[in-house]
Amino acid sequence: MQLQHVNVKLLVQNPGGASLEPLIPVFHGWIENQDAKDELLIDVADYSHVPAGPGIVLIGHEGNYSVDNSGNRLGVRYNRKAAVDGSNQDRLSQAAREALAACRRLEAEPRLDGKFRFNGQDIEIFINDRLIAPNNAATREAFDADFHDFSRKLFRGKEYSISYGEDPRSLFTAFVKAARPFAVTDLIEALA
Amino acid sequence: MKVSNSSWAERLAGKIPESLAREIDIFETEISLRKQGKIDERLFAETRLRRGVYGQRYDNGQRHNGKTVQRLGYPSGELTKGPNTMWDAPGMQRIKIPAGGLSGQQLETLADLAEEYSDGIAHVTTRQDFQLHYVHIDDTPSVMRRLAAANITTREACGNSVRNVTACPYSGVCPDEKFDVTPYSRAMSKFLMGHPDTQNFGRKFKPSFSGCSQHACGLASMHDMGMIAVTQIENGKEKRGFEVHVGGGLGAVPYQAKLFDSFVPPEELLPLAQSISRVFARLGEKKNRSRARIKFLIQDLGIEKFKELVREERKTLPHDARWTEYIDDAEKFQESPLRPGGKAPLLGSESFQRWVKTNTRPQKQEGYTVVTIALPLGDIASDQLRSLADIARGFTRETIRSTVEQNIVLRWISQSDLVELHKALEAAGLGDAGAGSIVDIAACPGTDTCKLGISSSRGLAAELRKRLGEKNFQLDDSVVKLHIKISGCFNSCGQHHVADLGFYGVSRKMSGYAVPHFQVVLGGEWEHNGASYGLPVIAIPSKNIPKVVSRLTDRYAANRKEGESFKDFIARTGKVELKKMLEDLARPPADASDRSFFQDWGDPREYTLADLGVGECAGEVVSSVEFDLAAAERQLFEAQVALESGQIDEAGRTAYRSMLQAAKALVKIESSNIADDPAQIVKEFRARFYDTQKFFDPFAGGKFAHYLFSAHEKSAEPYTPDSARYLIDEAQLFIDAAHSCYNRISAPAHA
Repeated sequence: MQLQHVNVKLLVQNPGGASLEPLIPVFHGWIENQDAKDELLIDVADYSHVPAGPGIVLIGHEGNYSVDNSGNRLGVRYNRKAAVDGSNQDRLSQAAREALAACRRLEAEPRLDGKFRFNGQDIEIFINDRLIAPNNAATREAFDADFHDFSRKLFRGKEYSISYGEDPRSLFTAFVKAARPFAVTDLIEALA
Repeated sequence: MKVSNSSWAERLAGKIPESLAREIDIFETEISLRKQGKIDERLFAETRLRRGVYGQRYDNGQRHNGKTVQRLGYPSGELTKGPNTMWDAPGMQRIKIPAGGLSGQQLETLADLAEEYSDGIAHVTTRQDFQLHYVHIDDTPSVMRRLAAANITTREACGNSVRNVTACPYSGVCPDEKFDVTPYSRAMSKFLMGHPDTQNFGRKFKPSFSGCSQHACGLASMHDMGMIAVTQIENGKEKRGFEVHVGGGLGAVPYQAKLFDSFVPPEELLPLAQSISRVFARLGEKKNRSRARIKFLIQDLGIEKFKELVREERKTLPHDARWTEYIDDAEKFQESPLRPGGKAPLLGSESFQRWVKTNTRPQKQEGYTVVTIALPLGDIASDQLRSLADIARGFTRETIRSTVEQNIVLRWISQSDLVELHKALEAAGLGDAGAGSIVDIAACPGTDTCKLGISSSRGLAAELRKRLGEKNFQLDDSVVKLHIKISGCFNSCGQHHVADLGFYGVSRKMSGYAVPHFQVVLGGEWEHNGASYGLPVIAIPSKNIPKVVSRLTDRYAANRKEGESFKDFIARTGKVELKKMLEDLARPPADASDRSFFQDWGDPREYTLADLGVGECAGEVVSSVEFDLAAAERQLFEAQVALESGQIDEAGRTAYRSMLQAAKALVKIESSNIADDPAQIVKEFRARFYDTQKFFDPFAGGKFAHYLFSAHEKSAEPYTPDSARYLIDEAQLFIDAAHSCYNRISAPAHA
């Protein structure tokens, strides 16, 4: 069974203090410079007016980038739309690398004043296709080993925990939490 | 795009009505054939449009980043899904919701699709549809199958077809209605969809149902076919029927619908719709798209001739059992509550009280209330849709409707449940007060996603909503009740003509740069089914529109007479005074270094296509042409004043002269010796700007030039109140197009 359309969301520190509006010119700049490797960036959609919504979305052809507030959990999210070749580990790593790279750039972006920093511990992984991965026990059983393999690699064997979303209507979601904080650059290196 | 696309047909086998399943299979095949180059791109474009698959901004493979035009290299290369429309470019999927009626399961389906194929947002339109944006065309068959399994179709949601049949969302529960129009609207929707007599229109056809004549909910006056519920006594018994209006529509030039029949009994309703469809298909314009709506056919024929043709057509229709087989059930149709009626609480938090004031209205059934969920900019997130489905199941028998004000209503809420309901809505981020008030602004997608957008209607709506929301509770009650509606261009998808304060996007040049503007449209009326249309007063830079709103509303609050409506206040104040009040806001900023003026709301890119280093020589030319175009606008304003004071002929002639003035302004760019002779101006304009297509709008083509040619041909004829009014609208569009033409031809070649 293939995991495709993997989404990875890195929760940010101090979500209450962050205004989403400054992200708009930043994402426009990414389009102008076509800053995503091997991906076409197309447009920016502003949903900052929707409570607990998708926030500001940078629309791409292969994947979307966003600072997303769904579930009232603010985070930097990568949503892979195009299929990815390889193994499930390759696909999880690909989405995580893109999310981490986006997060690193947002952390370094002077116009954002450090407002979108990864909290170091909380990562959410969604499978954005209910046919591939309905949110039920069978899917959890089928993919649990994949998520653990991925998490061990990401956190270099350090302690972490995984829980899964309960609402059968929601996307299949794994909530991964590291026992201690990690820097974005460390996680990028772990996946290199 | 989705790897699961190939599996949905099998997974949903048996769960989709056979006819719909077959249609979607056919569409999927057509996609394959187009990819192989076996279907012409124009034919494929209309095919997909009739399934609600629409183009979106940047689908020509280009995007201006504020400095230069950037090519978007879509992976499918030159493969197109229509003329100049790249295959891989994200598009919009429109979803028909007849009468706005929804169930919990349907909300959940929309939630799933928004999340999996779009960007996590479902958007409610001004015609009770839903739209998903940024959808890849390869995903659309899966989207359609999953919708069909929830008993929703996208068929004929776009294209030259019968669009969503809308209806008052309060039908069946409104104290002022004659009867519940819901089952009749559903019957018409079902009957006309895919009907052979509706497949050969030159343009779209929009029907609407209203339960009464006094409220706005059905907007019958602005529809191609508008039905208002009426009753009459026959043989001592009350008989249901419909006052039928035809030929209304907004668009670039708004037309009020004309009365076709004051009483059409239910058994004649569908045959009448079929007869009208046949006449429209047979006689409606097919080549000139700008004159192809039924309103133009009725105008050209005259309403009496049109009636005669339709009645003759009616006699030729073969009997169809579907005309009447729904009527018995329709008369018995009645929704029911989940919970017993109750009494509204007298106490509650401040936010609850505010919410009750603006978001609830009593039903005609005692103990029940309709609750409006105000959606900012018509947007609702997937999680919110699922929460709303739960809420609807918990408090009602899933009696949910979308509205033309881009909101959702829950009907049959027991008044004793209001506190609990409000808590549940607040927890879902859906409990905001302000429904139907000045902060509840309707806006079309505009430059966010629409290919035709000129200015950012959603950006402006968001900004106004924020500013007005901050002081909403200090606003005068008379101001709180006003309606603001915004369109990104002249096409009126935001229904700006029927707002108290309407705005539509235009562009103007200032100091050598293009600046996003909005025309301020005043004098419209939302109530009485959108009974009167506003007229443009002045074009103001986008960034000054919040000041326009403040000035007008402050003036209204301070100077209104007892009980005076905004429309009456506008009429009493007069266009001359209104323009005087706003004209300083039309000027460029004193500080030329303030670049924000040259950007639109919510978009950091420089709006202009022009090089910032425009030379002085070009600047001189700019000044001269702009001066002439400004003169044309002044003349047009005089025409509006003449119309307002009842000088019909003067109004028509002045509007015509304003068009000549604008045409002459353009001709002078190429030939400074142009005389004032109208025939000469039109001839030169045609040769230099129409035949060369320099005047052509990228999307509307030569439409606006035809307004001039038509006005010139008819210039010897006397004007009627209607024709003068239409000409004023057409002149405004012509002048706007002249500005755009000038902007295009004066922009540097690389821009």
